Amino acid sequence: MREQRYHQIKAVMARLRLDASARLVVLVDKDGQQIAVHGELGELDTTSLASLVAGNVAATGGMAKLIGEREFPTLSHEGERESIHISVIGRILLVVVFDDRSSLGLVKLRSKQISQELAAAFAEIERESEFPSGADALPFDEITDEEIDSLFSQT
Amino acid sequence: MTFINYASREINCKIVYYGPGLCGKTTNLQYIYDSTATQAKGKLISLATESDRTLFFDFMPLELGTVRGFKTRFHLYTVPGQVFYEASRKLILKGVDGVVFVADSQEERMDANLESLYNLEENLRSFGYDLLKVPYVLQLNKRDLPNVIPTRDLTVELQRKGEPVIEAIASSGQGVFDTLKAIAKQVLTELRKS
Repeated sequence: MREQRYHQIKAVMARLRLDASARLVVLVDKDGQQIAVHGELGELDTTSLASLVAGNVAATGGMAKLIGEREFPTLSHEGERESIHISVIGRILLVVVFDDRSSLGLVKLRSKQISQELAAAFAEIERESEFPSGADALPFDEITDEEIDSLFSQT
Repeated sequence: MTFINYASREINCKIVYYGPGLCGKTTNLQYIYDSTATQAKGKLISLATESDRTLFFDFMPLELGTVRGFKTRFHLYTVPGQVFYEASRKLILKGVDGVVFVADSQEERMDANLESLYNLEENLRSFGYDLLKVPYVLQLNKRDLPNVIPTRDLTVELQRKGEPVIEAIASSGQGVFDTLKAIAKQVLTELRKS
């Protein structure tokens, strides 16, 4: 994902957060990798959240197939104070964390309204990644054993 | 699939530890977790049953530092080894960048190793991957136990494509980081081809 697209997506997330009065908006891919995050992070471990959201969607997707559905496009978990709403947008999961400043109905509505815009942005990203520019070249051509060892010694 | 964020110059790779029940997948992760500096790791999430058997997966993010200007993160997962968790085991392989097969070296677990390896190949195939092309390392675990099969025989039975074979005693950490390094190297080398 290139810088320009990243900022475009962050702007969409910021708008959603405001419109939905949400605490936090996170974008995760279906493999559990966090793509972008916007909002009140606090102490929240968003890497673990991303992995668990993907696991959650994968598990409910498995349930959907068992009963003859393709997938469940949205998932909600309501807690006493904090709640989570997840929308499946192709390969991307849009996660909204909200509290009693908002409501599930509002979050659902705003997430749905913004889904198409995000889907279009990610379709562009996918298209761009098929035609990598020179700037995207990864410098791993001749990665050496020493460099791998040094990665581990940094931890 | 490796996720590369050019904006923040980050690379995230997904490594899955696969193998039969009780072969030591979670023990591998636990050792890596215990021996890694706090700033380099996230939480070790373990979705386990009350008797500590993996129910869905274990997950641990590991930040390895920078290679040629890119911050490198490895997301380590284990699958549930028990046969009847097949549905959830398969899900974890989605988007995998590298697989470590943890074999139990004990004689009586040989059939379980073979069954699990066959199952790995099947499940990878269902996502369109070919074990012969995926970065892959074979770990022969529990080498300290009395009834183990000789390394050479195990290698003949379980090695699929000349992948690195690493002897390990995950409970004491022997071979654990060698395994991780071997898979990390293959995954990073693979990036240049993609």
